[in-house]
Amino acid sequence: MSEAIVELRHVNKSYGDTTVLKDINITLEEGKFYTLLGPSGSGKTTILRAIAGFLNVSGGDIFIAGKRVNDIPANLREVNTVFQDYALFPHMNVFENVAYGLRIRKVDKASIETRVIDALKMVRLDNLANREISELSGGQKQRVAIARAIVLEPKVLLLDEPLSALDAKLRKDMQYELRDLQQRLGITFLFVTHDQEEALALSDEIFIMNDAVVQQSGTPVDIYDEPINHFVADFIGESNIIDGRMVEDYQVKFNGKIFECSDAGMKPDEHVEVVLRPEDLDVVPAEKGKVTVSIDTQLFRGDFYEIVAYDDGQNEWLIHSTNPAPEDGTLVGLYFDPEDIHVMRFGESEEDFDARLESYEGE
Amino acid sequence: MRKNSNVAFYVPYVLWLALFVIAPMLLIFYQSFFDINGHFTLGNYVTYFQSGTYLAMTFNSVWYAFLITAVTLLISYPAAYILHYMKHKQLWLLLIILPTWINLLLKAYAFIGIFGRDGGLNNFLGLFGIVPQQLLFTDAAFIFVAAYIEIPFMILPIFNGIEELDEGLINASRDLGASPWQTFTKVTWPLTISGVKSGVQAVFIPSLSLFMLTRLIGGNRVITLGTAIEEHFLTTMNWGMGSTIGVVLIVAMVIIMFLTGERNKLKKGGKHHA
Repeated sequence: MSEAIVELRHVNKSYGDTTVLKDINITLEEGKFYTLLGPSGSGKTTILRAIAGFLNVSGGDIFIAGKRVNDIPANLREVNTVFQDYALFPHMNVFENVAYGLRIRKVDKASIETRVIDALKMVRLDNLANREISELSGGQKQRVAIARAIVLEPKVLLLDEPLSALDAKLRKDMQYELRDLQQRLGITFLFVTHDQEEALALSDEIFIMNDAVVQQSGTPVDIYDEPINHFVADFIGESNIIDGRMVEDYQVKFNGKIFECSDAGMKPDEHVEVVLRPEDLDVVPAEKGKVTVSIDTQLFRGDFYEIVAYDDGQNEWLIHSTNPAPEDGTLVGLYFDPEDIHVMRFGESEEDFDARLESYEGE
Repeated sequence: MRKNSNVAFYVPYVLWLALFVIAPMLLIFYQSFFDINGHFTLGNYVTYFQSGTYLAMTFNSVWYAFLITAVTLLISYPAAYILHYMKHKQLWLLLIILPTWINLLLKAYAFIGIFGRDGGLNNFLGLFGIVPQQLLFTDAAFIFVAAYIEIPFMILPIFNGIEELDEGLINASRDLGASPWQTFTKVTWPLTISGVKSGVQAVFIPSLSLFMLTRLIGGNRVITLGTAIEEHFLTTMNWGMGSTIGVVLIVAMVIIMFLTGERNKLKKGGKHHA
C-alpha cells in the first residue's frame, strides 16, 4: 500500500441546521485518480473546498502528506485546484496566468520560462502562450486552468467539475487527456463530477456521495457490479430494481419465483432489493426465459437497442440489446445468469457490506 | 421605417448635447479671443501664459485637486472594500450617497458652523482643555470639506468595480499560493483599477474648478482657476479673460480624461507584460 497523501477523518460540516458533510472518512493514496461522484447538493464540492482550504470544517481532521492542515490557510496548502468556471485572471495572458504561482513563489526567471512552457506543452497549448484569455475557447481555457495548477507540481490536484461547461465531444476528448495527464504526471487527482459515465471511465476509485454521506467507495467495476443500495444502483448506470426476499443463501425470490443467485450472508426471509442490469438481460423465446414480459417500446440508441417491457405484475423492465426485439406487444422471455443477480439489503453500512462480501467470496 | 424611428430616439440627446455642451464650449472659445472692449485679440492667452499669477493659480488648482483626489481615494477604496463584505451593503451604500441629496451650499454653511471659533469642533476640543483653534479658512479645512463632498462620487464606481470582481479569482489566487496582500496587489487592485479611474475622473475634474468652497471654507486664501473665472465674469467683467481660463481648464480636463481613460484596445496586440 502506498503512502496516504490526503486523509479526512470524521469530517463534519454544517451551516446552522443543515448538515452538508456527515462523518466523512476518506484516504487518498499517491498517484491515483479518485472521483467524488454524486448529485448536486450531495456535499462533493464541499469536500474539495475543505481540502483546498476555502472553508473550515465543523469537526474532524484533514491531513495532507501526514500534516494536519485544519488551521493552515489555502495559500500554504500543497494542493492546487482546477475551478469549474476556470477562474483565469482576465488581466493576464496565458503565459502570465500559468506563471502566476511561480512568480508568487519567487522562482527565478529562467526556470519560470521553462516550467511554464513545459506545463503548456503538457496541455498542448504552448503555441498560444501570448494569447489573451478573452481570445480563448472554452476548451482552451480549461487547459490553461489545468496548466496553471500542474505547473506548481502539487501533491494533489483537485478538479471541481472541470468538464461540465464543455460540449459533449470536447468533453470526451478531455476525459482521455485528463486520464493520460494524470498517468504521466503521477500525481493524485481528486475529481468532482455528477456525471457517472465520466467517473466510471476515469477513476481508479470512486466515492459516491449522497445526502452529505459517502454511500460507497471502490473501483468503478466493484461499484457497478456490487452497488450497496438503491441510490448507488440507480445512480450508477441503469438498472432494474425489484423487491424480493432472501429465501436462504444463494436463493432469492422475486416476481413470485425463486432464483439462484450469488449472494449470501443475509437473514432467512429478509426483505431485499434485487438489481439486474439492462445489458445482462437476454431476450429469448417466452418458454426459455426466466421471466416472461411483453415488449412495450424500443428505441434505437446507435450502439444498442433500449427496450422497455412489462411483466404480468406490471413491473417495468429495461433491456439493452444489440439486436432488435420482436414487435411491440409480443410476449418474450428474459434470460439471465445467477451471477447477473445482485441482492442489496436495506440500510446496510459500507463496512458491514464489505465484511459480508468477504465472508463468502473468499471461500 | 424602423431605421427612422431609431434615429428619433437620438434627437433629444443630440439636441441636449448641441445646446448645452457644444454650443457653450464654442461660445467660451469664441469669447476668449476678445478683450474687455470687444476687440479681437490673442492677448488673453499671452497674458495668461506670461503672468506669474495665473500660472501660480493653475498650479494651485491642480495641486489642490490632486490633494482632494488623493485624500478621497485613500478613504474611499478601503471603504468600498469593506462595504462589499458588509451584510446590508445596499443600506450602507444608501447612507453614503444620502449627503449628495443635500444642497452643496447648505453643507458648506454647516461646516462653517462646525469649524468656527465657537463651533462644534472647538467646543468639543475645549472639553479637553484645548484653546479654540483657527480651523476655518485653512487649507486643511478646505481639503477636508471638499473631500467630504466628493467621497460618494469616488466610492460608487470603486464599489461597483469590486462588486463585479469574480470571487473565484480571489480563491484561485489563494489556491496558487498568494497571501491576502499579494492577492490584493496582483488581482484585486488591477481588476478594480477601472473603477478607481472613473472615481478619479469624477473627483479630480470638478475639483479643478471648485470656486464656492474656496471662499466659504478656504476664506479666499486658496485661489484656484475656478475662483478666477468667477471673479472675471462677475466682478471685473472681463469675459474674454474668464473664457480664456475656461478654455485652459477644458483642455486640462481633456488631458485628465485621456490619462485615466480605458486603453484596453491598445492591449490587443498581445504584448508580453511581465
